[in-house]
Amino acid sequence: MNPEEIRQVVLEILERIAPDEDLSELDDSVPFRDQMELDSMDFLDIVMELRKQYRVQIPEEEYGHLVTMDSAVDYLTPRLKDASSPA
Amino acid sequence: MRYDTIIIGAGLSGLAAGIRLAYFDRSVCLLERHTTIGGLNSFYRLRGRNHDVGLHAVTNYAAPGTKTGPLSKLLRQLRLSWDDFSLVPQCGSRVDFPGCSLRFSNDFSLLEQEIAESFPSQIDGFRRLVAHIAGHNETSLDRESQSARAVTGEFLSDPLLIDMLFCPLMFYGSATPHDMDFSQFVIMFKSIFQEGFARPREGIRRILKHLVRKYRELGGELRLRAGVKQILMDGERATGVLLDDGTVIEGENILSSAGSAETLRLCPTLTSANETDPPGEISFVETIFSLDCLPASLGHEETIVFYSDTEKFRYDRPTDDCDISSGIICSPNNFQYDEPLEEGCLRITALADPDRWMDLPEEEYLRRKEDWCSRIARAALSHIPDFQPHVLDTDMFTPRTIRKFTGHLNGAVYGAPGKRLDGRTPVDNLYLCGTDQGFLGIIGSMLSGISMANAWLLR
Repeated sequence: MNPEEIRQVVLEILERIAPDEDLSELDDSVPFRDQMELDSMDFLDIVMELRKQYRVQIPEEEYGHLVTMDSAVDYLTPRLKDASSPA
Repeated sequence: MRYDTIIIGAGLSGLAAGIRLAYFDRSVCLLERHTTIGGLNSFYRLRGRNHDVGLHAVTNYAAPGTKTGPLSKLLRQLRLSWDDFSLVPQCGSRVDFPGCSLRFSNDFSLLEQEIAESFPSQIDGFRRLVAHIAGHNETSLDRESQSARAVTGEFLSDPLLIDMLFCPLMFYGSATPHDMDFSQFVIMFKSIFQEGFARPREGIRRILKHLVRKYRELGGELRLRAGVKQILMDGERATGVLLDDGTVIEGENILSSAGSAETLRLCPTLTSANETDPPGEISFVETIFSLDCLPASLGHEETIVFYSDTEKFRYDRPTDDCDISSGIICSPNNFQYDEPLEEGCLRITALADPDRWMDLPEEEYLRRKEDWCSRIARAALSHIPDFQPHVLDTDMFTPRTIRKFTGHLNGAVYGAPGKRLDGRTPVDNLYLCGTDQGFLGIIGSMLSGISMANAWLLR
């Protein structure tokens, strides 16, 4: 997947975890938590959804990479480059 | 086959845990001794009528689309939609004590206003108590226990107001007599007074139906009539379970909603279990009156009335079969439905002494049920209009019924007085969820299953 496809994957995960949020105005450079109601249980679900869907294992000390959309896409790009985009 | 997790009990907590585990591709086997799901919050059909057990109302109400709070968190975690539970808000409730009534609704300002009018000297203290509650982290799994009466006593001085506030909170969730842990008090205060009551038009069936459907769609396995006789051990670890019919099921982990004393008793090598986790002894009887008219047509429009006929509210094990000096009167009709329910119904609940009900000979058991049923109805008449000429049918459950369907020793509705908040037991890979883990109410019990699955079984 390319960065744009990975962004879409993260967006879909956020939609699934927080269906009552409007994500159309999401600012990719600002932490998710400052833009939406996301508690630690929800945050853990981003990690779990990535593992469920793409078998990416993210060690706990690297969760910090997932705070904004930009940093998440940067972090995931090398790890998901061989994964195919959900059609 | 060896499962990742075996769950004991298909009540709300077990089902919710099962959904989380199955969603994240764990193999799960959910075992239920009875012929149907639900446990403490279940349903049955009798003489052509559908009844709920447990659920009077779902607490923790929030309007669809709310982004914070326990209900929203629960729906997110289970990937359910607001429509799935279709919660309809209450019409308004009341705490009724001698010479004083406090109304409350899902709008917290009503309670505040009622307290300001009835207890003008207490309202400032009450507001400070509310601020203190807002700042308290009640869901922390490693919190210290504090007496709720001691803490509220720092803010309020009128014993009548204190007991009127404690009455609904204790009735809806205290496993301990007289007092409760302050964090439990906060959980109950928020869920009842600040978030409020609601109910699906179809009652608990609707919630259970969506949970079990979701669980099965995700590949979870549910076995009914599968009572666990023993937890099998190899040294310090549980290896699986032995069912009543002799079947052995193996699992990496076990999550039990059977209660702490009840679960530890299933482990043959743990002999000291009784001393460390005594079972609870707060139990109830409930009478269900089916009416030939809607309660509103008799002038009763409130959802739930919590009453005490004495200024000092007694919440403990009664010295008689039942204690009808206090009780809960709930009408499933009195929620803001678009279409009224077809038939009127009142459910009246009172504290009961488990021991006096457990081992009665059948005939005497039925006679006492009938006797207390009419005494409970008469006691309620000091608080609601006379409904007795309109009764079409009655049914009653007792501590004995609760023990039969939940396995809780003593029919202890809210489980053991001591909670195991982190869900751990003396056995490494055996965890607790549900009543004895310590989150309360319909939403709380599901969050209990979710929290324990997240904490121990999804790492």
